[in-house]
Amino acid sequence: MALALATILVLIVLGSALFHVLSPWWLTPIASNWGYIDGTVVLTFWITGVCYIAIILFMAYCVFRFRHGPGRRAEYQPENTRLEWTLAIATTAAVVALLGPGLFVWYQFVSVPGEAVAVEVVGQQWQWSFRLPGKDGRLGLSAPGYISADNPLGLKPNDADGQDDVVIEGGELHLSVGKPVKVLLRSIDVIHDFYVPEFRAKMDLMPGLESYFWFTPNRTGKFEILCAAFCGVGHPQMRGTIVVETEGDYQEWLKKQHTFAELSTHARKVSLTRQ
Amino acid sequence: MVDIRADVAIPAAEVPDVELYHPKSWITKYIFCQDAKVIAIQYSMTAIGIGLVALVLSWLIRLQLAFPGTFSFITPDNYYQFITMHGMIMVIYLLTALFLGGFGNYLIPLMVGARDMVFPYVNMLSYWVYLLAVLVLVSSYFVPGGPTGAGWTLYPPQAILPGTPGRDWGIILMLISLILFIIGFTMGGLNYVVTVLQGRTRGMTMMRLPLTVWGIFSATVLALLAFPALFVACVMLLLDRVLGSSFFMPAIVQAGEHLKYEGGSPILFQHLFWFFGHPEVYIVALPAFGIVSDLISTHARKNIFGYRMMVWAIVAIAILSFVVWGHHMYISGMNPGFGFFFATSTLVIAVPTAIKVYNWVLTLWRGDIHLTVPMLFAIGFIVTFVNGGITGLFLGNVIVDVPLSTTMFVVAHFHMVMGIAPILVVFGGIYQWYPKITGRMLNETLGQIHFWITFLGAYAIYFPMHYLGFVGVPRRYYELGEAAFVPPSAAALNVFITIAALTVGAAQIIFFFNVIWSFYRGKIAGSNPWKATTLEWQTPETPPGHGNWGRDLPIVYRWAYDYSVPGADEDFLTQNQPPARKPLRQAGSV
Repeated sequence: MALALATILVLIVLGSALFHVLSPWWLTPIASNWGYIDGTVVLTFWITGVCYIAIILFMAYCVFRFRHGPGRRAEYQPENTRLEWTLAIATTAAVVALLGPGLFVWYQFVSVPGEAVAVEVVGQQWQWSFRLPGKDGRLGLSAPGYISADNPLGLKPNDADGQDDVVIEGGELHLSVGKPVKVLLRSIDVIHDFYVPEFRAKMDLMPGLESYFWFTPNRTGKFEILCAAFCGVGHPQMRGTIVVETEGDYQEWLKKQHTFAELSTHARKVSLTRQ
Repeated sequence: MVDIRADVAIPAAEVPDVELYHPKSWITKYIFCQDAKVIAIQYSMTAIGIGLVALVLSWLIRLQLAFPGTFSFITPDNYYQFITMHGMIMVIYLLTALFLGGFGNYLIPLMVGARDMVFPYVNMLSYWVYLLAVLVLVSSYFVPGGPTGAGWTLYPPQAILPGTPGRDWGIILMLISLILFIIGFTMGGLNYVVTVLQGRTRGMTMMRLPLTVWGIFSATVLALLAFPALFVACVMLLLDRVLGSSFFMPAIVQAGEHLKYEGGSPILFQHLFWFFGHPEVYIVALPAFGIVSDLISTHARKNIFGYRMMVWAIVAIAILSFVVWGHHMYISGMNPGFGFFFATSTLVIAVPTAIKVYNWVLTLWRGDIHLTVPMLFAIGFIVTFVNGGITGLFLGNVIVDVPLSTTMFVVAHFHMVMGIAPILVVFGGIYQWYPKITGRMLNETLGQIHFWITFLGAYAIYFPMHYLGFVGVPRRYYELGEAAFVPPSAAALNVFITIAALTVGAAQIIFFFNVIWSFYRGKIAGSNPWKATTLEWQTPETPPGHGNWGRDLPIVYRWAYDYSVPGADEDFLTQNQPPARKPLRQAGSV
């Protein structure tokens, strides 16, 4: 029985390691500058993996070697202060080895580069909308109180900065490859989360405050946006698309989008013709 | 009279022995009973009963994930209600109630040498309040809209707004149920803490307590300090829902309609919830740590390695557990600067936890290991807890949490470390103490089969699930639908996990059969079948009678781990066994 248990413990460890190496399920190919996150994941796997394997194999050894048999008597050793301190210090070293790189990368994550262009993501049940700062490079003020059928993103009507903001509905946002983006996140109803697995970076949209993260898309392609915070029964269907393209293609796309001023004028015209 | 040796210094009793209440009728002996042993059984049966409901819900969740669209009765509304009720029942109404109300009530008085808890009437009330809380929770199945489907975390604003199942009545009943639960657990918790501090028998110092008591004691202190945060969060959310206040509700425009709320902060709820929620996971884990220490020690016939460090580690973990809550909120939009602090505190808490793991394994080293069913479950605990603890290091390191948060990686992590590992200890503890409670042994063969299927099956469920999280599969998705970034093979993995889950679920029938069959036909156990040192095995009667100890309370002369003491005839010396007339070489025993 002891041999069987020890063997099974060894097989669990070997099986887990093999599963990891052979598994087709792994981080999806990255499309942003956050390769450091993947690096930290791999580092964590190495350090914790070695510890896991060592502990379980040692336990398998003990279970077999010290199994009960006739005449066997356990040792009486209440403590071994030196060994305990050694193990505590080694564990602390491992923790520092994880935390050091991890916090270094986190510092980069929270430090937005100066040249990053702002992009606002507005979430609501159950769709994504976006806003770009337009030619003046500044986003206008907004508040839920301004939301109306003609002003779905709630921009402040008489704010000069907001007039040239590009308003994008329909859930598809384009980005220029290689250009850092500061994503500003705003929700007009409940908690959502803007998540593109290939970009690694993600953040909640918290109603009542504005959150942010930054990234640089570094390869072209079409990527799916998912909502990663339960937001009601439509949560799994809250999808969008990010298209990362060359600067030329991006400008082509941008020309076709409408500013807040254009949309407001159009809305006023529509309501005037209706009268 | 107990022979109190004149040559051994034993502290005098600090207070005179209090006259114990005596039940007079059938109702006060078995129903409204103040005896902690009866209350323990009541808590355990209720917790396991509602836990079985949550287990069935887990099968429904897994059926939906493996075979989306196949079961027409699993609608999106139902699915979210399943996951919410499954989570809340398992964490609060099963694990917390079972470890504290079940194991705590039965073992604390016996292990400290008391006749009962110090406030027996309040202790009795605590169970009935708990039962009421369970009934209120279950009643949410019978109201319009059904139970809440907001996720066990109940985050506003969505929890109380249309679009989330149960927002009409279910969420109200859930909040009332939690409020009742907390009231009940405060009543019980005061008992457990004060009995450990004030009810110990002569000679039982704090540092002679078995680690089971240290684990449950510290968990109860945590509960008394942490549950108030949940209490106020529930009251405030209830007021937001019922009176339209805006504690947690900012200005909201939902489906074009401007709601009347404004000025509130949803993230405040998260801070309150997780200020409770993180200590809560240690409220579940610390009793498990304590119990597993005693299981390993008894069945390896060896003192727990590093008892003093084990106690300090429990205390350190308990204190640190109050300063890590932000790691549940790394991507909530809270000030990112908090990430530095909480990542550090979270990884620091790994150190005392790792020390405990080393000490469990070092107890096996040079032991005399009997592979009884409790020992098997203890070993299963170590494997799954180390695995689950390690994935916690991934998530605790804030930058790594960014892609993994809210994916199946988190689901796999918390099930491994809080679902599987403590449940294995629950089983181990039941196989261990069933002979004391009933006077009969559980069947060994059935126990072995139960262990292997449960342990290997549960590992097969949750280990691969982490990798779905690496792919990026989100949690709380009724169905993934079309997702280009997910390989088609992920669907096969989901089917595998579901089959493993259903198999493990079915295997629990073996356990329940064993419990019932052995009650009538199990081998007679005697007073101390495991030859253990702790006081609960030294009662004059098995099962222990009312008042536990007969006429005289036990006197304690030694710590809880005098196994295989050199020079002693037997490989164990019970805590109430006086020292030999000729001094033994006892290295380091306190």
